[in-house]
Amino acid sequence: MRWIRASLGLNFSPWMALLAALALPSMASAQTPLTGRFAVVLDAAHGGDDTGGRLASGQFEKAATLAFSVRLRSLLAARGMTVITTRESDMTVDPNARAQIANRSKAEACLSLHATESGAGIHLFTSSLPPSQPARFLPWKTAQSAFVNRSLALVGALNSALLHDGFNVTLSRTALIAVDNMACPALALEIAPARGPDGKVTAEPDDPDYQARAAATLAAALLEWRMEPRQP
Amino acid sequence: MIPRYQKIVFSVLLAAALIMTGVLWHLRQRAHQRLLAGEDSAPTKAPEIAPTERATLLVANDADGSLLVQARSLPLPADPSARARVLLGELLDLYAAPDAAHPVTGGASGVAQVFLLPVPGSKDAQNSGDELAVVNLTGNFAASHPSGLETETLTVLSICGTLRANLPHVTQVRFLVDGQQRPNLAGHADLTRTYLTADAVPTGGTNP
Repeated sequence: MRWIRASLGLNFSPWMALLAALALPSMASAQTPLTGRFAVVLDAAHGGDDTGGRLASGQFEKAATLAFSVRLRSLLAARGMTVITTRESDMTVDPNARAQIANRSKAEACLSLHATESGAGIHLFTSSLPPSQPARFLPWKTAQSAFVNRSLALVGALNSALLHDGFNVTLSRTALIAVDNMACPALALEIAPARGPDGKVTAEPDDPDYQARAAATLAAALLEWRMEPRQP
Repeated sequence: MIPRYQKIVFSVLLAAALIMTGVLWHLRQRAHQRLLAGEDSAPTKAPEIAPTERATLLVANDADGSLLVQARSLPLPADPSARARVLLGELLDLYAAPDAAHPVTGGASGVAQVFLLPVPGSKDAQNSGDELAVVNLTGNFAASHPSGLETETLTVLSICGTLRANLPHVTQVRFLVDGQQRPNLAGHADLTRTYLTADAVPTGGTNP
């Protein structure tokens, strides 16, 4: 069984940081953790051969998630947060590699970004793993279980901000490999078309204005999340 | 001038060829008769009509990400595995309807088989009769399923919830596609893990 060292209360030694850097030389976008900084991991889902779904505009999900990740990264960086992205271009990244990047970052929030043509508004998902006590070593496949409660709190913060700004929000729990392996407060965010009261689409998930509005709300919510006292 | 012995040899060979032709024709006719006798397609037993029972389906709705309870009257077979397959077929038929709130093409043929097994690894569970349902989906169903985190999650949860509502002893569900394990349904929902039916909680109910 594969294990990971939990980031709770443990400092990343220089040797581990060196090993981490050697383990994934191709991940140019993955940055080394900065202790004392508020780090956010943005995981633009899919990429490369994995196109994801196809949107009504004809664009693939992988392109929409990358565009959304870039927008959100700029806004978060402008607010003084350290942003770690799992990809910065159209490249294939294994789900385990995504989790590895997140787990090395000691992030306070990890967001797996998705886009879809079904449903409406913003879908927020936390892992459906049952909560467990944090431990020094966590099983790789269920690492998120030690962070489920904090992930739910993070979803609550984002949900409040999105509802406040007029977004239609759906909350649910799901089984997603990349999120289940993450040892940080993590969620999957799926951006769906904005729809009017009659159900007609008013903005597609890859619409730049719609994405910019959602990114601005999320950036503000994460800034608020940064101010909240950390739970053990 | 053809020698006499050659004429005799030719006659013998010709006779042998004719005799062998006759024998082969006779054998072919016998084999044909035997095949026809084995392919008696007349029904030997009248088909049984299963009694109509009340069934509960957990139907997904993409608009609000909910699972709605729908009561239906269906002819359900007595065998639990066949019963589970009929229930899931009915659920997928709803999704294949033109005005479905959770559109997925394929319909009832999307579920190839459902196997019910004792929950592995737990003596308590075996004593309590808890079962693991292995749902074998077809490759066509998975290939035609819309890609998306919400839509795939709803499909999985509605299958788990429908099994739980009608077969309460089914506590866990695993998924196969064409008999093989597959990483995800259509790019998102993890199909490598075991799902707990208790996680599929309905969020509302309707009475059609």
